[in-house]
Amino acid sequence: MIIADRKPLEEILEMIQGSKKILILGCKGCVTVCNVGGVKEVEVLAATLKIARKKEQNDLEIHQKTIERQCDPEYIDQVKDVVGQYDAVLSMACGVGPQFLSEAYPEQKFFPAVNTEFMGGAVTHGIWEERCAGCGTCVIHLFDGMCPIARCSKSLLHGPCGGSAAGKCEIDPDVVCIWDMIVKKKMAQGRLDDLLEIRPFKDWRTARDGGPRKSIREELT
Amino acid sequence: MRLSYPNNVKIIQVPCTGRVDIIHLLRAVEDGADGVYVAGCLEGECHFINGNIKTRKKVEYVKKVLEEIGMEPERVEMFNLSSAMGLRFAEIAREMTEKIRSLGPSPVKKNKAA
Repeated sequence: MIIADRKPLEEILEMIQGSKKILILGCKGCVTVCNVGGVKEVEVLAATLKIARKKEQNDLEIHQKTIERQCDPEYIDQVKDVVGQYDAVLSMACGVGPQFLSEAYPEQKFFPAVNTEFMGGAVTHGIWEERCAGCGTCVIHLFDGMCPIARCSKSLLHGPCGGSAAGKCEIDPDVVCIWDMIVKKKMAQGRLDDLLEIRPFKDWRTARDGGPRKSIREELT
Repeated sequence: MRLSYPNNVKIIQVPCTGRVDIIHLLRAVEDGADGVYVAGCLEGECHFINGNIKTRKKVEYVKKVLEEIGMEPERVEMFNLSSAMGLRFAEIAREMTEKIRSLGPSPVKKNKAA
């Protein structure tokens, strides 16, 4: 899923500084699963902003709504009757949300209330880790289920590098050297020879380096 | 025991402190409470394994939120005591009341009165 984090309150308060009536719009997709922009988090942000503004003797009217997803036009449609009546709409979805909303309702001002971070999963409750870099050409099978593109700081295809020490990456002692894990797994399974194969340069045009991407599925259009 | 404690402390009973959520604490502050505290069981003695430990983290989160918006984080606290510690309960109620008195009324409430 897409992992996000709520923006600092100071930044959010600044976004809505001159506003008297706002809508906080949550999303029931990824941001609900990573506990940052679902029904519950919308409620918490609303209460927090109300406290902050009451404290400044500058009351704020807040409406709350959480839609199925903010990345599909049919759900974006569900707010057509309410947008337009607010000084600001805070979207708690990933970066896709405020953009789809702005495209659908050009007159309304939308603000992102979260910072979208990466594609990953929950390794335990409350801790998420990056697992996919969305490079557009998956190579996970070549490395026994571990992606060196997303999980190696240098995205090396022939690792580990000299910065690997005691299974950790030189950039941070908390970051696992994925190449250390790949080598260990290959050794355990008697397939270390796989790593002797020389991999051609990765074609990064399928990743972000090739510019904004688009996926067209003719059978669905 | 017939112990007395400050009558400004309003008690809300929950089956376990684990039931107390961030939104409950924030709503109390939003509605003008000068202070809110959670009285949970002693650590390691939760009937539901770790409800009190989970809520301590929620209390810490709310303290951080208050700090971020420029309010005194001390207005929200967590205490651990067993149901057999009546004396300590009354003592905590007094301690918390004194602390909140020294902080003064909540700025949210001030606005409400105005």
